[in-house]
Amino acid sequence: MSFSRRRFIASTSGAAAGIALPFHAFGQGAAIKLGSVLDNSGNLDAYGKPMVQATTMAAEEINAAGGLLGRKIQVVQYDTQSDIALYTKYAQQLARDDKVDVVHGGITSASREAIRQTFRRANILYFYNVLYEGGVCDRNCFVTGTTPAQAVEPIVEISQKQWGKKVYVLAADYNYGQITAKWVAHYVKQRGGSVLQTDFFPLDVADFGSTIAKIQSAKPDSVCAALVGGAHLSFFRQWAASGMNKKIPLYSTTFGVGNEHLALSPAEGDGILIAGNYSQEETTPSNKDFLARWGKRFGDTKIVHEIAVSQYQGIMLWAEAVRKAGSLDREKLMKVLESGIGVQGPAGLVKMDPATHHASLDIKVMEVKGQKLTIKQAFNQRPPSDTAASCNLAKNPNENKQFEVTI
Amino acid sequence: MDYAGVVFLEILYMIAFLALISAGLAVVFGMMRVINLAHGEFVMIGGYTTIFCNRAGIDIWFAMLVLAPLVVGILGLLVERIVIRHLYGRMIDTMLATWGLSLLMVGLVTLIFGNTAVSVQAPIQSYQVGAYQMGGYNLFIIAISTLLMLVLWLVLRYTRFGLIARGAMQNADVASSLGYNPQRIYMWTFTAGAALSGLAGGVMAPLTGLLPSSGSLYIAKAFITVITGGAAVISGTLASSIIFGAVNQVVSFGSTPVIGEIAMLALAIILLRLMPQGITGRFFRNST
Repeated sequence: MSFSRRRFIASTSGAAAGIALPFHAFGQGAAIKLGSVLDNSGNLDAYGKPMVQATTMAAEEINAAGGLLGRKIQVVQYDTQSDIALYTKYAQQLARDDKVDVVHGGITSASREAIRQTFRRANILYFYNVLYEGGVCDRNCFVTGTTPAQAVEPIVEISQKQWGKKVYVLAADYNYGQITAKWVAHYVKQRGGSVLQTDFFPLDVADFGSTIAKIQSAKPDSVCAALVGGAHLSFFRQWAASGMNKKIPLYSTTFGVGNEHLALSPAEGDGILIAGNYSQEETTPSNKDFLARWGKRFGDTKIVHEIAVSQYQGIMLWAEAVRKAGSLDREKLMKVLESGIGVQGPAGLVKMDPATHHASLDIKVMEVKGQKLTIKQAFNQRPPSDTAASCNLAKNPNENKQFEVTI
Repeated sequence: MDYAGVVFLEILYMIAFLALISAGLAVVFGMMRVINLAHGEFVMIGGYTTIFCNRAGIDIWFAMLVLAPLVVGILGLLVERIVIRHLYGRMIDTMLATWGLSLLMVGLVTLIFGNTAVSVQAPIQSYQVGAYQMGGYNLFIIAISTLLMLVLWLVLRYTRFGLIARGAMQNADVASSLGYNPQRIYMWTFTAGAALSGLAGGVMAPLTGLLPSSGSLYIAKAFITVITGGAAVISGTLASSIIFGAVNQVVSFGSTPVIGEIAMLALAIILLRLMPQGITGRFFRNST
């Protein structure tokens, strides 16, 4: 083992902190620290706020049931204010100062990539509980959100059967949108279809007039929107205002995740097709019970969305692993998490795939109707086959990269 | 052919949009030389007024055309009385003060309405241009912006108040010696500028939706339009709106909206290099 300056600083500063904080670090029965970095305000708060509430609720429920290993869970939550710079800052704070035992957090793919390596270096298990573009291959990182193979493929399949083969793609201009657009193209071509054009938009673009005209002149059979955030919501509004929502069908890989269907009026949102892990309309007892508990704790259940549920399920999965391992030791926990462990959540079974550290999930294809996500079709236990095609952590445990699809 | 029509309408819309969001700033900057960094927040509050009055059951047209300018006008009056009037002639101080004000307003709106996107449906149906569907609301924006420029020009050029206001801006001492109180004129000019910003916010609200931070969407575009336009309020704003609007949309159609914005900003830099006093510093010198 080479002894670098960085390693020296890391080990000595750790020792110094150990001396300074004897009770927190070693006290018997001290709380287990669950770190969380989420956008609780700003442009992305529609995603983040419910996730923060879900984190609180998960921790409270675990504590009410006696905690883990006889210890309580303490949530250390930082609001990253939709500012990517704050992610790096708070991730280091969680790793160095707070010395948390696990981290559940990050919303955009940009934020995940900003913090993932920090926790890997610090040997702190990191759970990313949000739908994303797939491909992350890192033994320290566990993903409980959907990937394109799970949620994009079925919706491309259905939209092509229903509407036709020519698609126009609009996507957010950062790694999520860029890579998701490639996956959309991949699945469209696999089924003999074609992507007429792909346009990318930075997160603050709010004027889609020229784009809507361009779509009309391209005459696609359907439009696929992988748009993200409050400003991009204008697209759906302007699309409806030009009357196009009655002419060309639209499907989206992100719509509903930020409760977009509540921000739009029924006339603007109706008919948009989406696919994902969760709908509030799910009639299973576990979902009804979850919503009832949420209502009791926070009042408004309308804001519960897929990634809030994913966050809740991610924490529950981690808690189950801690119980089974009987320890917080990273290696022991990873062994349990790589044993095919699963939990039943409000959105169905979440089963961790040992080779990819991604979860198999129940997927629903849904249609927006009267500000609700009505379930049209369900595909149970879809595996993360996109990531599995290139990532095998059982074989290459030291892998640390994100694979992309090649077309 | 239809496509050309669509492109033309989108260009008109972008010009109208730029003129609309810049008018309030142009009045305040062009006539009083006050750089109002809280301009974007005035626009944003106009939008919020419209959306929340509409939610309270008030007719949307009344909310955007009357209430939004009224509320923001009153806000502008308060701001002028409390802050701006102490800072005339001190440009840097005004910038700092209005910047602080903009942060304060973003914070207050976040506190009151929450940091979540709000929106209201556009109250006009779409229409057909050949094979294309267009948002009918864009036409309304073109109309309102044209009307606004016309009224502004008539007021400044042909009314007594316009004459006095222009006179006071040119030389406050002379206006004062003729019996007009410059303080009073500044006050009403700032209020009028704020009301125009509120109107712009109200009219734009159905198209974009709003966040407390939405002011930043407008401020940059409004600023480059006004600065490039130069000191003449109407001809300057119109000239730069036309140039920027056309360039932005033509490039957007040719490539992507992102490149369109970049082209517009690049052009602004070039224009300001060539004409540091703005377009009206070189051409149309004696216009309003």
